[in-house]
Amino acid sequence: RTSVTSRYEMRYRSTTGQEEAALAAATAREADAALYPLQDTTLGSLTMYVVPETSSLLPQGINVYVGKHRSALVRAVGSLAALQARLREVTQLMSFTASAVAAALSDRVPNGQLGPDARRNLKSSLGYEITFSLLNPDPKSHTVDWDIEGAVNRYVKPVLDKLSLVANFSVDSQILYYAVLGVTPRYDKESSSFLLSAHSLPHVINPVEARLGSSAASLYPVLNFLLYVPERSHSPLYIQDKDGAPVSTNAFHSPRWGGIMVYNVEAPASPQASLPLHVDVDMARVMEVFLAQLRLLFGLSREEVPPEFLLEGPGNEGLADWELDHLLWAHTVENIATVSTTLTSLAQLLDKIGNIVIKDDVASEVYRAVASVQRAVTKLSLGHLHAAFQASKEAVTSSERAFFDPSLLHLLYFPDDQKFAIYIPLFLPMAVPILLSLAKIVRETRLRKKEPTKMD
Amino acid sequence: VCTSRFWFNYRHVANTLSVYRSVKRLGIPDSHIVLMLADDMACNPRNPKPATVFSHKNMELNVYGDDVEVDYRSYEVTVENFLRVLTGRIPPSTPRSKRLLSDDRSNILIYMTGHGGNGFLKFQDSEEITNVELADAFEQMWQKRRYNELLFIIDTCQGASMYERFYSPNIMALASSQVGEDSLSHQPDLAIGVHLMDRYTFYVLEFLEEIHPASQTNMNDLFQVCPKSLCVSTPGHRTDLFQRDPQKVLITDFFGSVRKVEITTETLSLDRDVAGVESKFPEEELATEPLKYAEQLPVAQIIHQKPKQKDWHPPGGFILGLWALIIMVFFKTYGIKHMKHVF
Repeated sequence: RTSVTSRYEMRYRSTTGQEEAALAAATAREADAALYPLQDTTLGSLTMYVVPETSSLLPQGINVYVGKHRSALVRAVGSLAALQARLREVTQLMSFTASAVAAALSDRVPNGQLGPDARRNLKSSLGYEITFSLLNPDPKSHTVDWDIEGAVNRYVKPVLDKLSLVANFSVDSQILYYAVLGVTPRYDKESSSFLLSAHSLPHVINPVEARLGSSAASLYPVLNFLLYVPERSHSPLYIQDKDGAPVSTNAFHSPRWGGIMVYNVEAPASPQASLPLHVDVDMARVMEVFLAQLRLLFGLSREEVPPEFLLEGPGNEGLADWELDHLLWAHTVENIATVSTTLTSLAQLLDKIGNIVIKDDVASEVYRAVASVQRAVTKLSLGHLHAAFQASKEAVTSSERAFFDPSLLHLLYFPDDQKFAIYIPLFLPMAVPILLSLAKIVRETRLRKKEPTKMD
Repeated sequence: VCTSRFWFNYRHVANTLSVYRSVKRLGIPDSHIVLMLADDMACNPRNPKPATVFSHKNMELNVYGDDVEVDYRSYEVTVENFLRVLTGRIPPSTPRSKRLLSDDRSNILIYMTGHGGNGFLKFQDSEEITNVELADAFEQMWQKRRYNELLFIIDTCQGASMYERFYSPNIMALASSQVGEDSLSHQPDLAIGVHLMDRYTFYVLEFLEEIHPASQTNMNDLFQVCPKSLCVSTPGHRTDLFQRDPQKVLITDFFGSVRKVEITTETLSLDRDVAGVESKFPEEELATEPLKYAEQLPVAQIIHQKPKQKDWHPPGGFILGLWALIIMVFFKTYGIKHMKHVF
């Protein structure tokens, strides 16, 4: 039986002179920027500054400010115990909670105990492929140009560079013509627009997916981001949420798959404008939505934050440092759980089929996996997040390679009873005269031994 | 998976292709389907209508249209390949379309048809897969969480024996006949000359024709398909390993693909005036040697090379022992003095 316990190590000290100077800044954001060079920024560590209750650093009604890096400003309200509880709450938000750990272990937790959101996030993998697709169902009316390369360089690359610690990413893009959504949108007279209702959204993805294609060589999970430019006859197209209100982003996403955004083209000024209309896609607006969807797919949501917290936006980097830590904690725990399940089941397989031959390289992978996972567990218990994550990644690679080695197919190894069943009918008839003759020889030798004594 | 070849097993290929079509119609794309067929029907010299495989009398429906993507065809349909696909122990050079890339949230539907017996299923007339091997393969899949729920449908004679040995959780199984019964075929077509479909699959497909992607029909209705009056054999099913109640399991959970979708309500605010991150190439390229062909043996030399002398090894233990035994027994039985008559 395995269990995971978590603890937070908290150390208290008073501020240094430099920190005092930084905290004298006008706004929380400036203070955060000034404090950043003074902090300990190793992965997995957090620095929290407790400011007096009357401080003007935090705006009215806000008691906690969480910065872009690994720091937070907490207003000291109430008793010391309340402060401690508040500090603990902030720590949990910025690193990991017990439910996040349970979600990471979703493989090993029985089905009934997890909430419905537990298996929503992307599984920890060594790499991901991101594909941006532009769907143009009506090329006669719209000629759509999108500067995807520029957008990737400007907006997507910084985010992926920050996430490069977590996994390798590869990006590609494509344009698909005459690709329609599988659902016909409804015309709404009041807003004179077309609407896609929330319950028809699940059926949109499949007809499109058949045409999306994916790289034949890599086995990494694929994240698809689709930009759909509706036909002239169905413009403008809005997505409705469950209450019937149009969604501001005009986009939706599917966990572990990707996201779709609808980009409406304004009708031309004069009805006699020549078709096809040239459309230049505003890539910044599109990327804002796609990158937000990418964050949500990874599980970095900012929705469940209490109202008295103010979270600093991550800007162009896409995610704050503490959100990166959050991901790393979850992935490390998930990797360690996966490795232990894999190695246990491999051991069970070898117990069951006794005469499987383990090649040397499979054996060395297993040893390496065991050593790495032990190192990961020790590092994790000490809180060295970076080392723990690297060790867990190595452990996963080695254990997967050992488990999925093609030579371990139990079909290739014959159990003993099958060997007997094949060889006995072959050799038994041949052996019968041999055994009878042997018996005769033995009898003769015994008789001959007796005879000399008789003749004498 | 269709496990038979040869012209007279036309109906098994038609079965598999019809189920394939239904599943595609309900939304599952080719990238999520692994189709294993012997694929020797459409271009068979005995096929009066080449490039077609019909599933209905009077040639109503050609199930072998333009859109069929066979992943394992002809002699690649072996027990070993099938088990490799299931357990994932595939050589690294296999392309994506031939792999089962499922994770712990995937529902898998496995449909197998062919000739079977009590506890085994015949593959391509030369090998068989036993129910124990299949159960072990499913257990391997469960250990690595390669499926969330699995629906196993088998249309062969004595099909129920194949699911007797399953022991992994979350598996539901359906078979066309019980142990001791044969599954019968539906109707012969006089123009093509063979039976076109099996009864159980025929009625399952009729049932599936009424399902559309948003349908709410559940598994209990599927269990009622093909009663004994129509099917002659008694279809069976097994749900004890399945954790949910079959009444609440939708057909489209396995046969179609309905994804969970969430509305995106957050956006990231990006600073628009930011210069791109260009990946820089090093200014000077490293000087590389000009490429030249590797030294190769001239062809004439290769042809006239004598075959390499294999080193001679003395005979090994078992053969030596066997011959020693035979010779010793021979001499003891007949006596040494007979040797001079031999030589």
